[in-house]
Amino acid sequence: MAGNAGRRSAVPGSATAAPPDFRHRFRPFGVAFALLLALFFPLIASAAELPALTGRVVDNAGIINAESTTALVRKLADFEAKSSDQIVVATIPSLDGEPIEPYANRLFRAWHLGQAGEDNGILLLVAPSDRKMRIEVGYGLEGTLTDLHAKLIIENTMVPAFRAGDFSGGISRAVDDIVMVLEGNGAELEARARRNQNSGPPGADIAAILFIAVWASLFFGGFAFAILPRMFGRKLGAGRYEWLGMTFHYGGRSGSSGGGWSSGSSGWSGGSSGGGFSGGGGSSGGGGSSGSW
Amino acid sequence: MTARRLVQPSLIGPIRAFVVLMIAMPLLTACGYNTIPTAEEQAKAAWSEVLNQYQRRADLIPNLVQTVKGYAAHEKEVLEGVVEARARATQVTLPADALSNPEAFRAFQEGQAGLTSALSRLLAVVENYPDLKANQNFLALQAQLEGTENRIAVARRDYIEAVRVYNTTLRTFPSVIWASLWFTDNKPFENFTASEGATEPPKVDFN
Repeated sequence: MAGNAGRRSAVPGSATAAPPDFRHRFRPFGVAFALLLALFFPLIASAAELPALTGRVVDNAGIINAESTTALVRKLADFEAKSSDQIVVATIPSLDGEPIEPYANRLFRAWHLGQAGEDNGILLLVAPSDRKMRIEVGYGLEGTLTDLHAKLIIENTMVPAFRAGDFSGGISRAVDDIVMVLEGNGAELEARARRNQNSGPPGADIAAILFIAVWASLFFGGFAFAILPRMFGRKLGAGRYEWLGMTFHYGGRSGSSGGGWSSGSSGWSGGSSGGGFSGGGGSSGGGGSSGSW
Repeated sequence: MTARRLVQPSLIGPIRAFVVLMIAMPLLTACGYNTIPTAEEQAKAAWSEVLNQYQRRADLIPNLVQTVKGYAAHEKEVLEGVVEARARATQVTLPADALSNPEAFRAFQEGQAGLTSALSRLLAVVENYPDLKANQNFLALQAQLEGTENRIAVARRDYIEAVRVYNTTLRTFPSVIWASLWFTDNKPFENFTASEGATEPPKVDFN
């Protein structure tokens, strides 16, 4: 409960009820965070032109109506739960003169669509003011949703609907087609879903790394502390050495090594995907097709 | 007493050397000894992808030429131009070991650029044959060709970036120390100078 109150007090505007000492305690963190931000600012600035991945449907051009959006989001979430394939629909107001192919590839890679190692993501990108669309296919799905499939979906489904001004319908039917093609390869679809279930949560790897890190630091730390002070430390007396501001006793009863030594404080927080949607770490090599209307 | 005095230094010497080595070896990697080989292998892998996609395009061409021939047999000049350009482009091979050779790289790039322009001439000619454009086989080939050209563009972009990183490690601190001490055989890789399409202005023909 107290932790909750503290966290709430960090939010500006709701700090009236919180005890004032909390704010003092948070200030150094705030300064450190600002410094970190300043360090990374050039990075953020260079990537600013790409839209953020806010969900499975990123309608920045505002051409998909509300009920289509909710239906699409549900459909895409269901499909990912079933097959692990990640399909994302994005619309952007303008390409700013860039051809749609490199833009779609950059966006795909920035969003890391598809599961890591499978690269089974698909990006359906529409730029209404440039009258261009593209289906960008991740490496792992190039064999299932071929360039020809993508072209047929664009030419036969999207172009007629878009010419009639029906963006929501065209995009929904195109997503249906993509899902149909991906489901058509049933055996592959099931195999891929099974592979991605077996791989387990990503925390497993980090747990192993942590285990080895702690174990190694204990092992080598003990080893180092047994030998290094004798070699590099200043001798204080029989079996007593001072090194790095700590006093070490050797021989006879081993006293406390009076040092505030603790094994590397792990400031690691487990993969907290708190309900938000994010790419799984996939990549694309420019597969798919583009068209215009 | 004298015996102990003689033994002790001879024992401590090797132990000290061993411990120093134990500490120095990981530091060696932290100093960037691995940076140059890692960047080199990444550039070579990116080059393999470039070769892979160019090969994919070369493999599509016989089928494409065959399909176009069925509808536009009298466009002999253009068709032969594509076949010749393909032969020339596939003759020039450039394995990853020869990436630091400027002449070989330029020859490879010219061969592939020749094939690109021959293909674009063919696709321009095809516009005059509505029957061919409606042919399902041709549509499939065209979609694949477009996809391959785009994959080539992506692979080239990745290669350009990988070579930029590799060439930078050869010239910047601290990896330049390793480059001059140890990796003296490593030469900067050649890079694509301009995008293929940009070297040639588009031709407009009103005939």
